Amino acid sequence: MVERKHWFSTLLPHAILILGVLIVAFPVYVAFVGSSWDAGTIANGTMPMTPGPYLVENYSRVILSGNATAREPVGPMLFNSFVMAMIIALGKIAISIISAYAVVYFRFPLRKTAFWLIFITLMLPVEVRIYPTYKIVADLGLLDTYGGLAIPLIASATATLLFRQFFMTIPDELVEASKIDGAGPWKFFKDTVLPLSITTVAALFVIQFIYGWNQYLWPLLITTREDMQTIVIGIKKMLVTQDALTEWQLAMATAVLAMLPPVVVVLVMQKLFVRGLVETEK
Amino acid sequence: MAEVTLNDVRKVYAGGVEAVKGVSLDIPDGGFCVLVGPSGCGKSTLLRMVAGLETISSGQVAIGGRVVNEIEPAERDIAMVFQNYALYPHMSVYDNIAYGLRNRGTPKDEIDRRVQEAARILAIEPFLQRKPRALSGGQRQRVAMGRAIVRKPQVFLFDEPLSNLDAKLRVQMRVEIKKLQRALGVTSIYVTHDQVEAMTLSDKLVVMSGGQVEQVGTPTEVYRRPETRFVATFIGSPPMNILPGLVDGDGRVSVGGLTLAADDLPAGLEPGRHVDVGVRPEEVEVAPAGAPGAPFAIDFVEELGATELLHGTLGGSPFVLQVNTGAVSPGTKAVTLAIPSRCVHVFDAETGKRLGRAESATARAA
Repeated sequence: MVERKHWFSTLLPHAILILGVLIVAFPVYVAFVGSSWDAGTIANGTMPMTPGPYLVENYSRVILSGNATAREPVGPMLFNSFVMAMIIALGKIAISIISAYAVVYFRFPLRKTAFWLIFITLMLPVEVRIYPTYKIVADLGLLDTYGGLAIPLIASATATLLFRQFFMTIPDELVEASKIDGAGPWKFFKDTVLPLSITTVAALFVIQFIYGWNQYLWPLLITTREDMQTIVIGIKKMLVTQDALTEWQLAMATAVLAMLPPVVVVLVMQKLFVRGLVETEK
Repeated sequence: MAEVTLNDVRKVYAGGVEAVKGVSLDIPDGGFCVLVGPSGCGKSTLLRMVAGLETISSGQVAIGGRVVNEIEPAERDIAMVFQNYALYPHMSVYDNIAYGLRNRGTPKDEIDRRVQEAARILAIEPFLQRKPRALSGGQRQRVAMGRAIVRKPQVFLFDEPLSNLDAKLRVQMRVEIKKLQRALGVTSIYVTHDQVEAMTLSDKLVVMSGGQVEQVGTPTEVYRRPETRFVATFIGSPPMNILPGLVDGDGRVSVGGLTLAADDLPAGLEPGRHVDVGVRPEEVEVAPAGAPGAPFAIDFVEELGATELLHGTLGGSPFVLQVNTGAVSPGTKAVTLAIPSRCVHVFDAETGKRLGRAESATARAA
């Protein structure tokens, strides 16, 4: 389409986009600024809009020694969150890709039923089944373990559905060509289905990693030991203090640190996304 | 290399639909058999049963004397070329061709030798490291062929391999497939709905309709002596004219008041029996002015370049005539046709079966 460039037609979309970016980025900026002042300045009531002089001090306190209310330093909490998010993301992908493969490519009794049972679990998020899930995890002795944190969140109807939809777009002839080429179910999965799904896997990994990283309710229930706490809970604990002044600057610094791993995941995976978008053509 | 034998092969789907209704066929070693028919006639299903991609409801399929009904596709020693090529999109051309050999545990240097040889035969050497999406339709077609020949199978199966190509490439690839098959001498079964492909490629032409074999023969046999009305109209372009008529004594039929002699009509049929009379558009000539013949009223003319199609009526029925351009001067409204008696085919009006002399059939076969 040939379109004459008018200054207005360039300006308006940019204005809208810039406005959107400001709305999204402003709270992040405030958190960053907040993490660079001392407690007194913030408690004053007016948050400065420019970075202050305490940046290095705040971050080194958070990373190295923790603070008065949550005695754990941020490092182990970040590590816990990372392990949990990784187990959830990889576990979800592993389980849902093989269940979708089974549902799409194998003819077995009650195949439709199996599919609908998976589908129905969409209606049962963690919050709804939290009591029985807690009971099972507790009975299995998984409280305060990585297994207990991650495994109940692994089963995923959404990912299974996504993979199923993707598998259904793979032409039947590819399955048949593989059969004639002497590839059994496992080889077909490994040599054809998996390489073709790589962009779907990347997309799901990003979504599920962030989902796992942001978990709040479940880790709150399942962890009692401080060395098993995740970063999200750590932030929350910093905010609620009984008799001391909330150390906002440290909470903000922790929040900024907590944002970094998901950002890294998105940035790294974005390359794969783009490659997938450019190359994918069947 | 092997012969392929089908013995009363049937396919009934779960819903009770009978897609293939008992087909028996012998394809000699090194033969090129083309299954042709309109869509839904069961030709692809039959091919897929030979490939092992569809289960066989009853009957037997044997390759090289070995019954393969219960044998996996990979174990049948066949190779198949699909309509949409079915290349693995994430693999290079080299890997696409080598994949089947790797799965069979062929040694690496042997794979490389065979892939290079196949690439040389098909002139795809420059593309070996490319992905299929970077290739044109014709090149993808060659890769699909390469994947088939590299395995040195006993049987090639082609499922409408040229349907996705443009007209020019189709003609070119058709010739190449024929040459390749001749050179390799591998028994081939080829499915198509295109009767030109069917005629040009086959040693053995199988015309199918409604899950059944209508006729088996060499392309010339099928063209010269169609056994049913369906075959008569399906093979040949433009299709054979079919005119309703009556038996008019020995060796003669009448069509809307015209009397035509038919060489192949058997003696002893009762006069007045309803028949369908078939005449090929290209076998009729315009008689010189004043000569006896059948009057033909021209409605309109389609020009094809070297030839023209004259649409009109003969004996009260629509009729098409193919003549060399210029044989009939423009604006002519009526001509007289000479219809040779050897070119008049007569079919039973009810069953559509040919009414022909048994001895002439055997004479031709001999």
